[in-house]
Amino acid sequence: MKRARLVMVGNGMAGVRTLEELLKLAPDLYDITVFGAEPHGNYNRILLSPVLAGEMTLPEIMLNDFDWYRDNGITLHAGKKVVEIDRARRRVVASDGTEAEYDRLLLATGSNPFILPIPGNDLPGVLAYRDIADTQAMVDAAAHYRRAVVIGGGLLGLEAANGLKLRGMDVTVVHAVDWLMERQLDRNAADMLKASLEAKGLKFLMPRLTAELVRGESGRVCAVKFKDGDEIPADLVVMAVGIRPNTALAEAAGLYCNRGVVVNDTMQTYDPRIYAVGECVAHRGVAYGLVAPLFEQAKVAANHLANFGIGRYTGSVVSTKLKVTGIDVFSAGDFMGGAGTEEIVLHDRTGGVYKKLVLKDEKIVGAVLYGDTVDSSWYFQLMRDGKEVGEIRDHLMFGESHLGNAGHQGQNKAAAMPDEAEVCGCNGVCKGTIVKAIKEKGLFTLDEVRRHTKASGSCGSCTGLVEQIIASTIGGAYQPQDVKKKPLCGCTDHTHEEVRKAIRENRLLSIPEVMRFLEWRTPDGCASCRPALNYYLICAWPKEYQDDPQSRFINERAHANIQKDGTYSVVPRIYGGVTTPAQLKRIAEVAEKYHIPTVKITGGQRIDLLGVKKEDLPKVWADLDMPSGFAYGKSIRTVKTCVGSEWCRFGVQDSTNMGIELERALDRMWAPHKVKLAVSGCPRNCAEATIKDVGVVGVDSGWEIYVAGNGGIKAEVAQFLVKVKTREEVMEYTCAFLQLYREEARYLDRTVHWVERVGLDYVKKRIVDDDAGRRALYERLLYALQDERDPWAERVRGLAAAEFQPIKFYDKDSLSGDGNNERMAESVHA
Amino acid sequence: MSEWLKVCTLEEIPRLGARVVQTGKGDIAVFRNAGDEVFALKDKCPHKGGPLSQGIVYDRRVACPLHGWSVHLDSGEAVAPDKGCTHRHQVKVEDSVVYLQV
Repeated sequence: MKRARLVMVGNGMAGVRTLEELLKLAPDLYDITVFGAEPHGNYNRILLSPVLAGEMTLPEIMLNDFDWYRDNGITLHAGKKVVEIDRARRRVVASDGTEAEYDRLLLATGSNPFILPIPGNDLPGVLAYRDIADTQAMVDAAAHYRRAVVIGGGLLGLEAANGLKLRGMDVTVVHAVDWLMERQLDRNAADMLKASLEAKGLKFLMPRLTAELVRGESGRVCAVKFKDGDEIPADLVVMAVGIRPNTALAEAAGLYCNRGVVVNDTMQTYDPRIYAVGECVAHRGVAYGLVAPLFEQAKVAANHLANFGIGRYTGSVVSTKLKVTGIDVFSAGDFMGGAGTEEIVLHDRTGGVYKKLVLKDEKIVGAVLYGDTVDSSWYFQLMRDGKEVGEIRDHLMFGESHLGNAGHQGQNKAAAMPDEAEVCGCNGVCKGTIVKAIKEKGLFTLDEVRRHTKASGSCGSCTGLVEQIIASTIGGAYQPQDVKKKPLCGCTDHTHEEVRKAIRENRLLSIPEVMRFLEWRTPDGCASCRPALNYYLICAWPKEYQDDPQSRFINERAHANIQKDGTYSVVPRIYGGVTTPAQLKRIAEVAEKYHIPTVKITGGQRIDLLGVKKEDLPKVWADLDMPSGFAYGKSIRTVKTCVGSEWCRFGVQDSTNMGIELERALDRMWAPHKVKLAVSGCPRNCAEATIKDVGVVGVDSGWEIYVAGNGGIKAEVAQFLVKVKTREEVMEYTCAFLQLYREEARYLDRTVHWVERVGLDYVKKRIVDDDAGRRALYERLLYALQDERDPWAERVRGLAAAEFQPIKFYDKDSLSGDGNNERMAESVHA
Repeated sequence: MSEWLKVCTLEEIPRLGARVVQTGKGDIAVFRNAGDEVFALKDKCPHKGGPLSQGIVYDRRVACPLHGWSVHLDSGEAVAPDKGCTHRHQVKVEDSVVYLQV
């Protein structure tokens, strides 16, 4: 069968990303032809600044070299500029006469630098800053000339100026208004930026309007003349005063353009055969100049070109960063504020830190950060989600991660860190390694950096730092991921919430059913989505859903915790941490009988037997004759207690028995993530209840309940939920809270993450204010847990026996083993 | 070596799961995917030696339980961008019986 023909005009980042997305979805749908005006493959335009600064070379910034086009069967006409689109005959014509016919056309013509309409703007030595040729010309000029003038104090101009300065030129930046980056920064931040750049040796003339570029004797530019009559010498002039969507070709073909090629939400132009993406596009009246929105457009366009027809681009909220080494700047939204808005400001001129948040109706609508941008993603997310910040405004300015983060020495300023400083303490990744990977591998997103370097991929506490490093390396191309719309995993575009809703509303009762119904892209999901789906089904259909062990992580499948050497650890249930001499003797005997190398008391007041062989597990469990402590699961772990009023001279409540009751009630509860509780018998709080998912603190007149604390990666103090009088109330409120968490949190959210997202007010409304609702939640949890069987006892009786039995095969002469789960393997000669 | 060892029946390997075969030359993981294809790899992740047999199987891959590397079942190669390879063993299914070359 003859394939449809897809022609792409423009060979830049947005266009090629569209092709990459398309090839992922429908590799064989089209014969693809690409025209590019530049004689190169697709390169990372964002990294032209480091090339100019001499920090990288051209080959290093290639994203798709000629081999890529060849390997994917794409015909590339590099260096051929398309001069005509003949829509009637459906073909494009290049300047050298090359023609290509299309069934679908993709316009990705990008933008052109705006050239000031002043005399001398075409002199030799006058450049724009847009592509490899411009960059090369600047590098050459820096080798032969001394004085450079950059016109334009915006993002691009400052990066050009910085690069030329690093190349040894004497650089003056001329700007039309009296503060730098006025589209992104307020006066204070701009002044600090200017001071930093001056310290780096740049000179500024502002506000100055350029009148003329003066021709020297050699024919080359020799000076810049201003409207006020002043003049400064210049051997090189770089114009960086803005870009304009390149619509000439589309307009000549009669396509509707209005400050860009106008497209709808599917990236289709007014000619249904023609799509457009990138900087040439006007979508809902907006032309984007940053890479992240363009990649979103690419994804949508690819989806429609692949005839899937389900994606929509609905616009992007953008933010800006400057990528000049050693300077951290971030800006987003309405950063100037004005009528109806209020500002929260922190200004430390000596310390080089400035932060301004603009709020309207208790929501962040804009932000400028200078010097300390570690929380930029957090603010950006709050802004994009339109989240009410009233609850947290007293500490909003101090950021998300100012307290309790472990693993990177409390660092929060990526720019100030040396290359050899460790960023990710879990995986031992240094700043320099991350920067190198971003540059050499052309990475744009946090996920990509995690995949390639592992930084922030384990506990995640250094995520803010890694995001800062990406931002300062690739600048505005980096957009923090929109967590709200984040798909469950790469197998689907649906969010966690959408998946749970579909399961409930359509009575989906198995993982394959969910995948079919929601059109999963992979045959049987992946290691991320399958455990999530298994949990969502358990939670939605207690008693009905048939648990899928193959979709569980090994610890939950084997009901023990895998260790680095492939052995397992065993933690029996000891309710409330209260044990007996008989129990201790039994544990000791089991440890001796099975030569268990390590016996340890855990942080949650339990006993851990470490180094058990998998095939011994059922025997160990049988001999222990104790229930599973679930120390391996996304489940209830432990209820830690202090001795309380039974013994303690300060105790005012019987915390030990309250804890035991809670642990018995919650036993065998699966949850989105692990759940830890503690009960203290007086406000001295020896059980450390205020860093638990639910912490109960006895006071003379009753009990205080705290929720959403965390003592792990990021220490997080639990928040006060309610004070109650009786033990029954403690039980009901605790269970109701945990059931709400089970029903509404995303898989792998701890309670702290979930409460942070939905807000404590919402939780109070459901648990404290709504008596009937609370009781219903409590009942649902009791129903889900009633008759749940102890997984160890079941396996002692022979359930899932194959899971624990290896197939033993030894050379016939040395056949050995205890004969218990032995199998005589036959050997057959083929 | 062309000696085929009769290991077990296909049914004895859980679908989307694996069994460990202990041999004098170390553990071998024998996997079965959703389409009843069977693969055999040395039971050591190329990253830090984790037991791949204990991982979650999906498509033609397995995710190592220790640090989440994914490995191609048909080649033993780590899924990009991770790099590494684990030894592959010949395996075949005849009349629902699984045979392995050690």
